[in-house]
Amino acid sequence: MAPVTMLEAIRQAIFEEMERDPTVVAIGEDIGVYGGAFKVTAGLLERFGWERVIDTPISETAIIGAAVGMGYQGLRPIAELQFIDFIACCFNQITNFAAKSHYRWGAPVPMVMRGPSGGGVHGGPFHSANPEMYFVHTPGLKVIYPSTAYDAKGLLKSAIRDNNPVLFFEHKFLYRRIKEELPTEDYTVPIGKAIVRREGRDLTIVTYAAMMHTSLEAAEELAKEGIEAEVVDLRTLLPLDKETILQSVKKTNKLLIVHEDTRTGGIAGEIAAVACEGAFEDLDGPILRVTAKDTPVPFSPPLEERFLPNKNDVISTARELAQY
Amino acid sequence: MSQPLTREQHLDLYYYMKLNRMLDEQLVRLFRQNVVVGGLYSNLGQEATSVGTAYALEKRDWIAPMIRNVGGLLVKGYKPRDILMQYMARVDSPTMGKDGTSHFGDIKVRHVVSPISMLGDLVPVMAGVAIGGRYLGQNIVAMTWVGDGATSTGAFHEGMNFAATQHAPLVLVVENNQWAYSTPVAKQVPIHDLADRAKAYGIASAIVDGNDVMAVYQTTKEAVNRCRAGKGPVLIESKTMRMKGHAQHDAAEYVPKEMFKYWEARDPIARYEKYLTENKIWDEKTKKELDARIDKELKEDLEFAEKSPLPPPELAEQGVYCDGCHTVEAVWNRSKAEVTPPKSSVKPEWEVTDFGGFDLASTMAKQSAAAGENGGKDARIISQGTHKNTAHKPQQRPNGGAAKSAQHPARNFERQQPASQKFKGQKSPSQRMMDQKTNGQPEKSSAVARVPFGRGPKGKEGRK
Ligand SMILES: Cc1ncc(C[n+]2csc(CCOP(=O)(O)OP(=O)(O)O)c2C)c(N)n1
Ligand SMILES: [Mg+2]
Repeated sequence: MAPVTMLEAIRQAIFEEMERDPTVVAIGEDIGVYGGAFKVTAGLLERFGWERVIDTPISETAIIGAAVGMGYQGLRPIAELQFIDFIACCFNQITNFAAKSHYRWGAPVPMVMRGPSGGGVHGGPFHSANPEMYFVHTPGLKVIYPSTAYDAKGLLKSAIRDNNPVLFFEHKFLYRRIKEELPTEDYTVPIGKAIVRREGRDLTIVTYAAMMHTSLEAAEELAKEGIEAEVVDLRTLLPLDKETILQSVKKTNKLLIVHEDTRTGGIAGEIAAVACEGAFEDLDGPILRVTAKDTPVPFSPPLEERFLPNKNDVISTARELAQY
Repeated sequence: MSQPLTREQHLDLYYYMKLNRMLDEQLVRLFRQNVVVGGLYSNLGQEATSVGTAYALEKRDWIAPMIRNVGGLLVKGYKPRDILMQYMARVDSPTMGKDGTSHFGDIKVRHVVSPISMLGDLVPVMAGVAIGGRYLGQNIVAMTWVGDGATSTGAFHEGMNFAATQHAPLVLVVENNQWAYSTPVAKQVPIHDLADRAKAYGIASAIVDGNDVMAVYQTTKEAVNRCRAGKGPVLIESKTMRMKGHAQHDAAEYVPKEMFKYWEARDPIARYEKYLTENKIWDEKTKKELDARIDKELKEDLEFAEKSPLPPPELAEQGVYCDGCHTVEAVWNRSKAEVTPPKSSVKPEWEVTDFGGFDLASTMAKQSAAAGENGGKDARIISQGTHKNTAHKPQQRPNGGAAKSAQHPARNFERQQPASQKFKGQKSPSQRMMDQKTNGQPEKSSAVARVPFGRGPKGKEGRK
């Protein structure tokens, strides 16, 4: 099989799940006739018809609300947010309606909310956000943010089959930039399991999404200096795989967290607390983080470049940490 | 028109309304004894709206109640003990103490969706339930209620618009009880009849005397039939009155005393009792028996509720996620083959029949007709521009535009016309309300064309 992009992997996951299970339906803006702003849902309408591929008015609250209602009917809706930034418009439906439903009255909401996220493509303040932490802070949700085509497909399939409301972030910088050969047979990747992408003895880099690739590149350069970094790809942010994080920290005794989300309130703070609670005695240095700046995502290329963390930031912070 | 009600059904309506009210009174006593945890929201005066609407549904239909729709929950088969224990935060309540009030439901058996506090949010959710049911071939109707205040939310608008574009089998009951907390409806919405909102969604609507249970029932039944026949959503405005403050803590001093008096004279239960007597549907003995049954059931349920303990603390940490504890199952009433390839396959194209051009002549003609109807009150501003009274032809797209598409579900339904031409015949909403006589028996109070206190008393400060 020829290698496929992450975008194609996501499309395959939706397509194959809809093929496998007629309770799976898709809903969103311009997803049918047009095939979605990024063409993730191209070909779905043709194959599955108007009842299963629902083009909606520009109403994020209605999209998520209706998906919750269809979930109560035993369906498994996949709701697309045209850009993940628009998720702010339906925050209430997600955090108050969907997230609390099973806890309050035992009604599962088997729904996936997915959309393109992240910066690096000059999308400006409203088409580049990483709003994952609003939702990581909401019990009842699951939050997935894959970095590879294989994981994207396998995790999306798991999300569709899950009985809980799952947020699935698709980093648009990675959509067409990474390619991978995928198995021909049906497979899933479990939600809530991190993976070690690169083994190393000197320090642990915990990261996810586009920054996973940045961290891997940094690790290769660090290796030339004799610093062997272990790179842990979280893949799922909620529930957080504390075990894999702690295992790695106990091995390397040093922890660096890298994310594209802004600094204050980013998941780095949470991971630092997890490490302090679970591996304090194993730490040989401060817990450091490389993140985006605490500003909105700016538009013009030099501004966005300044805003985003990059390979050199990871390398220099890792060097600093390796000194301890 | 719907089938006339049997004697048993007539008595059912009384039973549920009276039970709703007695339960309300019981809860007030418990509140005063400090047994209720948190706030208590009265249903007083709105029993006919909750019961009459819910009673028009079939068992398979879905509801989502708001806080003053305990009557609807009773019709759906919940017991007073469920509501009592919700308010008392006991472990045997439907939510085991995790939530209070009418915030509970059951998707599998009773088809009740639990509300959340955020007003208006149920509208899109119930639109989803409605189209989900249609997809599965269930031929169900979904119904929810919103207050006059809740119609101001964005969720209400998005939900109604989505439901309308989907022709969803959704009945939306706008419970206009004149107040949203301390805010009178005139300060909430700058139109007199909330049913007029339906025009903007191109859906059918009705206005009903919400304190006349027969009128509420009949109007809803018609709306439900219409929905079930695939004719799209219906908005029913029920004119009623919240007879207490927003909750127990609120003495409602902002409500004019005469307004309470006006509505007291239109108490839904007293009116229905009179109707049952005048139409010889019951006698004093039947009433006594029903009242005794209600007393007995309430007493038993109160005993049960009081015996139920508060939940064990460890329950707080359980049930955030569904880890297989509940199954997700769809009830299919159609062949899955219809929605799976290759049978589901379609040509992915829009059918575009109207190119959307501006036709000055017909717009002006429509406008002057409308101006004649309402004295030009909401006349649209029309500029002739460069067109000197010549009709403007819609532009042709270079590619010819319209392409035929395969069966979009919406295409199977009638083209939307102004609601007044369909559901309402040629009648205006207020005329329709006049027609909603108590089972064909004219009753003076329901025959008014306009509810005088609908916007607060004339001349009062609050009207400005
Ligand atoms: C979105 C939202 N904003 C504010 C509130 C607080 N609140 C609860 S009930 C209420 C008034 C509701 O009025 P209405 O919709 O007319 O319903 P009623 O209480 O009259 O039944 C308000 C403001 C809320 N629950 N939800
Ligand atoms: Mg109100």
